[in-house]
Amino acid sequence: MHQLNLAEIARGLADKQFSSEELTRSLLARIQQLDPQLNSFITVTEELALAQAKAADARRSAGENAPLLGAPIAHKDLFCTEGVLTSCGSKILSGFKAPYNATVVEKLAAAGTVTLGKLNMDEFAMGSANESSHYGPVKNPWDLTRVPGGSSGGSAAAVAARLLPAATGTDTGGSIRQPAALTNLTGIKPTYGRVSRWGMIAYASSLDQGGPLARTAEDCALMLQAMAGFDAKDSTSVEQPVDDYLAALTQPLKGMRIGLPKEYFGAGLDARIADATLAVVEELKKLGATVKDISLPNMQHAIPAYYVIAPAEASSNLSRFDGVRFGYRCENPANLEDLYKRSRGEGFGAEVKRRIMVGTYALSAGYYDAYYLKAQKIRRLIKNDFVSAFNEVDVILGPTTPNLAWKLGEKSDDPVAAYLEDIYTITANLAGIPGLSMPAGFVDGLPVGVQLLAPYFQEGRLLNVAHQYQQVTDWHTRAPAGF
Amino acid sequence: MQWETVIGLEIHAQLSTQSKIFSASAIAFGAEPNTQASLIDLGMPGTLPVLNAEAVRMACKFGLAIDAEIAGKNIFARKNYFYPDLPKGYQTSQMDDPIVGKGFLDITLEDGSQKRIGITRAHLEEDAGKSLHEDFHGMSGIDLNRAGTPLLEIVSEPDIRSAKEAVAYVKAIHALVRYLGICDGNMAEGSLRCDCNVSVRPVGQAEYGTRAEIKNVNSFRFIEKAINHEVQRQIELIEDGGKVVQETRLYDPNKDQTRSMRSKEEANDYRYFPCPDLLPVIIEQSFLDEVRASLPELPVQKRARFEAEFGLSAYDADVLASSRELADYFEAVNSVCGDAKLAANWVMGELSSLLNKDNLEIQQSPVSAAQLGGMIQRIKDNTISGKIAKMVFEALATGEGATADEVIEKKGLKQVTDSGAIEKMLDEVLAANAEQVEQYRASDEAKRGKMFGFFVGQAMRASKGKANPGQVNELLKKKLEG
Repeated sequence: MHQLNLAEIARGLADKQFSSEELTRSLLARIQQLDPQLNSFITVTEELALAQAKAADARRSAGENAPLLGAPIAHKDLFCTEGVLTSCGSKILSGFKAPYNATVVEKLAAAGTVTLGKLNMDEFAMGSANESSHYGPVKNPWDLTRVPGGSSGGSAAAVAARLLPAATGTDTGGSIRQPAALTNLTGIKPTYGRVSRWGMIAYASSLDQGGPLARTAEDCALMLQAMAGFDAKDSTSVEQPVDDYLAALTQPLKGMRIGLPKEYFGAGLDARIADATLAVVEELKKLGATVKDISLPNMQHAIPAYYVIAPAEASSNLSRFDGVRFGYRCENPANLEDLYKRSRGEGFGAEVKRRIMVGTYALSAGYYDAYYLKAQKIRRLIKNDFVSAFNEVDVILGPTTPNLAWKLGEKSDDPVAAYLEDIYTITANLAGIPGLSMPAGFVDGLPVGVQLLAPYFQEGRLLNVAHQYQQVTDWHTRAPAGF
Repeated sequence: MQWETVIGLEIHAQLSTQSKIFSASAIAFGAEPNTQASLIDLGMPGTLPVLNAEAVRMACKFGLAIDAEIAGKNIFARKNYFYPDLPKGYQTSQMDDPIVGKGFLDITLEDGSQKRIGITRAHLEEDAGKSLHEDFHGMSGIDLNRAGTPLLEIVSEPDIRSAKEAVAYVKAIHALVRYLGICDGNMAEGSLRCDCNVSVRPVGQAEYGTRAEIKNVNSFRFIEKAINHEVQRQIELIEDGGKVVQETRLYDPNKDQTRSMRSKEEANDYRYFPCPDLLPVIIEQSFLDEVRASLPELPVQKRARFEAEFGLSAYDADVLASSRELADYFEAVNSVCGDAKLAANWVMGELSSLLNKDNLEIQQSPVSAAQLGGMIQRIKDNTISGKIAKMVFEALATGEGATADEVIEKKGLKQVTDSGAIEKMLDEVLAANAEQVEQYRASDEAKRGKMFGFFVGQAMRASKGKANPGQVNELLKKKLEG
């Protein structure tokens, strides 16, 4: 049963081949058996899952037939779940049981999903390897000595290892797409403002966006359909109707104009990944797409801009973790300053501290114009690059990552090397456009991902291209050995 | 050396919205600690702010009332610092793009002249909570009821030149925000608080001296005392060869002193940046037009109308227009009695001293505008004299009658205008004071003037004040000269 993807589970439940409770029990047992190798879960919510599964089965018996009714999923551990530990992968949120549900959690629960638990992640979503979690690193099921990518590494590893069919993630600079690429999954970062951020603990507010990781584009469409929509509780949420993503999947690709930015195929890219990417282009041509070379000239400035803006926002967003109202507090504080210094000093890990310091510096008097304001200017230029490019093409295609999944610990002493892994993904966050990563083959037994980018609110187009590609290829169906 | 004082004020006015600026929590004063604090006010992880449209409307009202430019686009920024009663570790405020730009307010000085005070800007922000240092045995309590309360921070230009001017300006702002219905102005509850930036410079010097900021002064009286004290401190310091340092000071009303809180070096770097959780606020002209149409008559306009329409003096008009409630009361009295000057005299005289004595607001006046107006009518139609009216007024104040007429009737205070009766009474008075009558008649014109008063007094006493004073005068003169 664990090999079934979300769409297959939906059909199986609708046809009453199995009940949600049976499926849930089977996956819970599988998590218990296999997750110790992966460390993808921080919390397994067995009781909650079984109660939700029984409720879903009852709704099904009563005649309800929603596609996600009874489907098991899990949430990245920065989505607030009422009464359940919501840790952000950080010691500083030790014991923090959220007093409310995130809108995404609420919406997926309303759609009838069953929550199996909370998934491991880089601390406060800061990282591309899932090695910065207080709850330990997550392993890549394709090679347990390698990283699964990050920061939604727990989500990626769990779905890739068939512990569950789909999971939520968040993407601030590539945190859905990069781990999807490294674990042979399909993952989509929607347009900024498409999915509510209420209850999604912030890393960098102007870049963060929630989205699904699953095995297929169709599964992502099912998930996103339930997650997306305007939310009056999030002022940056956009009041625009949600497209019918499932209907979009089946559009033929004839005449679809695909742009290949030359900057995505330059130095630093593993040649084998470049080859796999171009092979995808050939397949899409066979499906009727046309291809055009384009340029995104300001891409070279994206990493410095991102590593100013994201830490700047983070330095402020993370101020509320002060040991006063919730989470970790140091033992026997001598006075207020000691309380702050030790609670935060002991509660945050090294990467989080590094980014808080970078961000604090960038916002300081005398440096603000040189760093933060300049980064915002670059951000506008990057956005303009995309706007011009999308006058010529419908979708932009390139590799998701410059390298394959690396060994655990390989880049943990070299933060800049790790930051460079985000080079192809962060521009979508800076511009706010949607991006998707899909499986595109293997190199040395390790998955390769290809990224698709589209104009604002064209999530349907991304899912369409990926789905059509997945109709003529089988990379996405391959499971890691032992799972 | 002659010194000139330079003052700029930052006034925090708490807006009287139903709910907080970024959450749906109520903002009533005096609730049990933390009963008006939602997830957002507590700074819970994952929560997000949503701007209260009513706070924006109120800020626009203020901007229009001070003839300010209102930015088509204004932006909320985060002011970052750590404090236990600041739950998010930053205050959401406005920095580079405030909602209200440059404007001005005209104030009336003691000599009746007007002075224009520039207003640099006014911006929206959220209040912090309160730290409670008592009753917790070596620990501190935190009450977040106030966290997220909407504030309008009104920043003046350094146009103010004395403590008295400062008080006049704060009173004018106080009146204005109450007229606009955007702040209850209750200074004791902290609804209106004032930071005073004070410096001194030798008369004739163009550059400003170094300023000190006195934080959170919360009454008109303390503003005056704190500024005067600070000015004195700075002058003495400089004259003794010292230098004023830029710092934040606190005023202690018990000791009538200001003391240093923190110096410029210790000041936080607040690392302001635009709040990414809130979009820029776009204010459309149609919205401003609608707000403008909803503005009430403002103090300046009312003052001018009182002078023009009722012929009141500038001073009287200014006093009566100083609060919307007082002005409304005065106008109600006037509409009943139809004599604005009498109405103004009574409201500013007897009524004000009565209210002052019992420490009451005009809304709590024991004598209603209708009662007072009715009573003034009886003065005008000669039913009672001004002197008797004071008795009637007191009776109304103590609830001895529902209307002036009832009091007059019950106490038999109706003025005697029957000249036959008055003459009879006067004859008795003159007979009883025959000696004085002799003296009067033997005196010259100059002396008679003084003595005449004696007979009037005797006559009024004999009539228990009820005799018409005009008639008494006239008839008495006739009889004495006779």
